[in-house]
Amino acid sequence: MKLPQVLVSRQLPVVVTAVILVLLYVAAGLLYDGFFSPRVLTNLLADNAFLGIAALGMTLVIFTGGIDLSVGAVIGFSAVLVSSLITNHNWPPLAAWSAGIGAGTILGLTMGWLIEHFKLPAFLVTLAGMFFARGLAFQVTTESIGIQHSFYNTLSEIYIPLGEARLTVPALTLIGMALALYGLAHHTRFGRNLLAIGGNAQSATLMGLPVRNATIAVYGLNGFCAAVAGIVASLYTGSGNPSMGIGLELDAIAVVVIGGTLLTGGRGHVAGSVLGLLIFGVIQTAILFDGRLSSWWMRIVVGLLLLAFILLQRLLLSRPSKP
Amino acid sequence: MLLVVANTIFEPSFLALKMVDGHLYGTPIDIFNQGSRIMLLALGMTLVIATGGVDLSVGSTVAISGAVCAQLLSGGTPLPIVLAAAIGVGMTIGLANGLLIARLGLQPIVATLILMVAGRGVAQLITDGQVLPIKSEAFEYLANGYIAALPFAALLVGALYLAAHFALRKTAAGLFIEAVGDNATASRFAGLAAARIKAGVYIFSGTCAGLCGALAASHIRAADSYRAGENMELDAIFAVVIGGTALTGGRFFLVGSLVGALLLQTLTLSMYYLGVPPSVAPVPKALLIVAVALLQSERVRRNLNRLWQRRAKSQEAAP
Repeated sequence: MKLPQVLVSRQLPVVVTAVILVLLYVAAGLLYDGFFSPRVLTNLLADNAFLGIAALGMTLVIFTGGIDLSVGAVIGFSAVLVSSLITNHNWPPLAAWSAGIGAGTILGLTMGWLIEHFKLPAFLVTLAGMFFARGLAFQVTTESIGIQHSFYNTLSEIYIPLGEARLTVPALTLIGMALALYGLAHHTRFGRNLLAIGGNAQSATLMGLPVRNATIAVYGLNGFCAAVAGIVASLYTGSGNPSMGIGLELDAIAVVVIGGTLLTGGRGHVAGSVLGLLIFGVIQTAILFDGRLSSWWMRIVVGLLLLAFILLQRLLLSRPSKP
Repeated sequence: MLLVVANTIFEPSFLALKMVDGHLYGTPIDIFNQGSRIMLLALGMTLVIATGGVDLSVGSTVAISGAVCAQLLSGGTPLPIVLAAAIGVGMTIGLANGLLIARLGLQPIVATLILMVAGRGVAQLITDGQVLPIKSEAFEYLANGYIAALPFAALLVGALYLAAHFALRKTAAGLFIEAVGDNATASRFAGLAAARIKAGVYIFSGTCAGLCGALAASHIRAADSYRAGENMELDAIFAVVIGGTALTGGRFFLVGSLVGALLLQTLTLSMYYLGVPPSVAPVPKALLIVAVALLQSERVRRNLNRLWQRRAKSQEAAP
């Protein structure tokens, strides 16, 4: 990927994503009664909070041209670990959360180290990470564990009222994480380093950027995000289930790609992933509202959207090379 | 060259492991039979990976093809047409992947991800979200029948491996595929139809997946569009990588993939026998992937020098 091409029409995919989101939202709103209700929007955020948080972390990994297939499994692991610690071992929730987040981060850092230090393909290492985390999750328990704790009950009653709609804790966490990662990715040196690595790791090294540490850190960060997503999932469902998040990594990648981030790395935007998540959520809600369409249409539509976006990216990238 | 030598060093150890487990539990036939589906996918995947690509869509293809089989069989379609349809579905999907990758130059992961996501939806659309039972003795024979005490499925897959081996190694086709994987641009300048070869391997992989879908549906005597082929793409990639074919492309080892698939199945089966809960099974799998990947990475990076030996020792200690 050449630098001028990257600079040309840099944010165009994000703009296109935004336009599609608005079109979808308006179309769904016109088709189905009550779709414009703010409650739909806040529910959409809460329903997709853990997918969103995972997709945010994934965005940064994809910035470097890497990929992380382990997030779904890490979500399952962290959710089940947290619920097991709280319910079966009587840990205070905050301590259990730190344990879950710590485990996710350490797994992420380990994968990052393997990828960076041994120059292994990220695809393979995170695939192993996925098997590993999923196995551990089932090691903790093979059944769903419900969480009965006053802290969880309190948290589930906290919300910010917006008219008739309410922003619950999962939705607030999603918004908070999105803002934090936006700041990290686009307003710090670390974020710029990630994009530089994705653009061209060799030149980034030659420029004296801390390529190694940044690469390891980004997988650690993603492990952190996935663990947080798992905790949010445990909040959202009030339980932990070792099979949570199966296949979620692919949804997360799809969200990131729909958001206009290039899978080759070096170009993308966190805001795009948020928009991608909203598109995902709007399609899901619209299918629910319709009632006639079965859930599998969701996958087909998402697949078609993926295709459309990838072809669009292709067009954007190849145009400047033809004078 | 060094790669080949190193590979033959590692392969016997895998083979030995397999035999030990096989004899211990007296179920080598079982392993062959159960493993035949992954073997079949790994055959197609090997060639894809040899060109430096990857095919994530095979799991979904298995689901679609199984769904098509069940749907046609319930309508009373004769068996040959059903099988042809299963293979045809696979070929079509492979062709779509091939077009996206070879014509439009998309990254293989991305292009096949599309069909992986959408494909399962299509499979569910075909079966209307239900598990379709299959009642056809001839069809069930595919995965459950025996010829001279040997499972038909394993023989079929074995024959396909042999055919693929002769087709690729006794002609230049295998070399062409490796050349494309090594350096697509250079091979195009050398006069190879690189794009066509790339498209070809995806079609081949799709075809294998289509046939595998028929086998999978025949094995459980039903088409389960939710579960059929789930994670199979990952198992197939895993088998290929264990078999010594590097994900970066440029080399392939058909026999390695075969052994890899068998090893995977052996691992799963022996864990059942050892009483390891199946849910924990992914953990040893994960450790194995990392170990094999590390071995490969060192071979690439250090080219069997002093350092390599020292590291190999620490590796043996690590897992």
